[in-house]
Amino acid sequence: MRIAAALAAALLVGGCATQPNLYAWGRYEDLIYTTYASPGSMPPERQVEALEQDYQQARANNQRMPPGWHAHLGYLYSELGKPDQARQELQTEKAEFPESAVFVDRLLANLSKS
Amino acid sequence: MSTLARYRLLTAALLLILGGCATMQPYDYSNYYAHPPRSILVLPPLNESTAVEGTYSYLSTVTQPLAELGYYVYPVAVIDQYLKANGMPTAGEMHQIPLARIAEIIGADAVLYVDLKQYGSKFQVVSSNAIVTVTAQLVDTRTATVLWAGSATAQNNSNSNNSGSFLAQLLAAALVQAINSKVDVSHGVCRQANAQLFYPEGRGLPYGPYSPRHIAK
Repeated sequence: MRIAAALAAALLVGGCATQPNLYAWGRYEDLIYTTYASPGSMPPERQVEALEQDYQQARANNQRMPPGWHAHLGYLYSELGKPDQARQELQTEKAEFPESAVFVDRLLANLSKS
Repeated sequence: MSTLARYRLLTAALLLILGGCATMQPYDYSNYYAHPPRSILVLPPLNESTAVEGTYSYLSTVTQPLAELGYYVYPVAVIDQYLKANGMPTAGEMHQIPLARIAEIIGADAVLYVDLKQYGSKFQVVSSNAIVTVTAQLVDTRTATVLWAGSATAQNNSNSNNSGSFLAQLLAAALVQAINSKVDVSHGVCRQANAQLFYPEGRGLPYGPYSPRHIAK
């Protein structure tokens, strides 16, 4: 009976409780929203700056960046005409998340062409 | 109380507790577990609402819940720009890309097709509602099997104060409406809709491989 009651309590707490985040989200999704909701209000330079700040903070807290994050930053660098930084971010995406390889290789190939 | 009666009472209590978080009917996950995906491509949603801004407002809320469930989620904005640059300017065209082509070009295990049924504020005399309704299908790119499907509606009822005259309520509701439409409350409601869509136990999307709660079957 006591064990069953403990189990019920654990279910009650565990069933709805929130888990700690796997990733440091920073302003990633907010920046995407702003880019589409008010185009031009946040130029790529400032987005890169914001994302790099988020990255520093995540590193200080020993947290990972979310899937797609490094590819997104790489894309912004390529928009700014900085292919070296773009390449580096894309490589990081691939190293962190091998699932991205097919798409990232395509982006890397496009980067070499331009 | 007899042991049996106690047991029954406890069972009833447990069911009540479970019912608080869980659902009505159990979901059949056999398709999902036949082809459990690691990576998910989310395309911009088809937008059936009257609010054009809904498409990207929703798209910019969907990565976090899926990634936190433990999936690899392709960068939604980069994918959108890439597909636009390759001759697909709208979500409608993106949803028509053959699955084999998606597997080849992007390498995704599964595609999440979202349909935005409702998005935005409805002015209803003495209150204003921001409402978001979505339906979603997760489709395996190799077999075209529907791995999981769900739907959710969330709303933010900014019911202005019930005290005061009818006219005051009306004015307050109009004011809330004006403020809400500026900051677009519906954007936040997308996150509530996603929580209802992906997280319910027994009906939501199972934990993916990057989650410590992932269970391989």
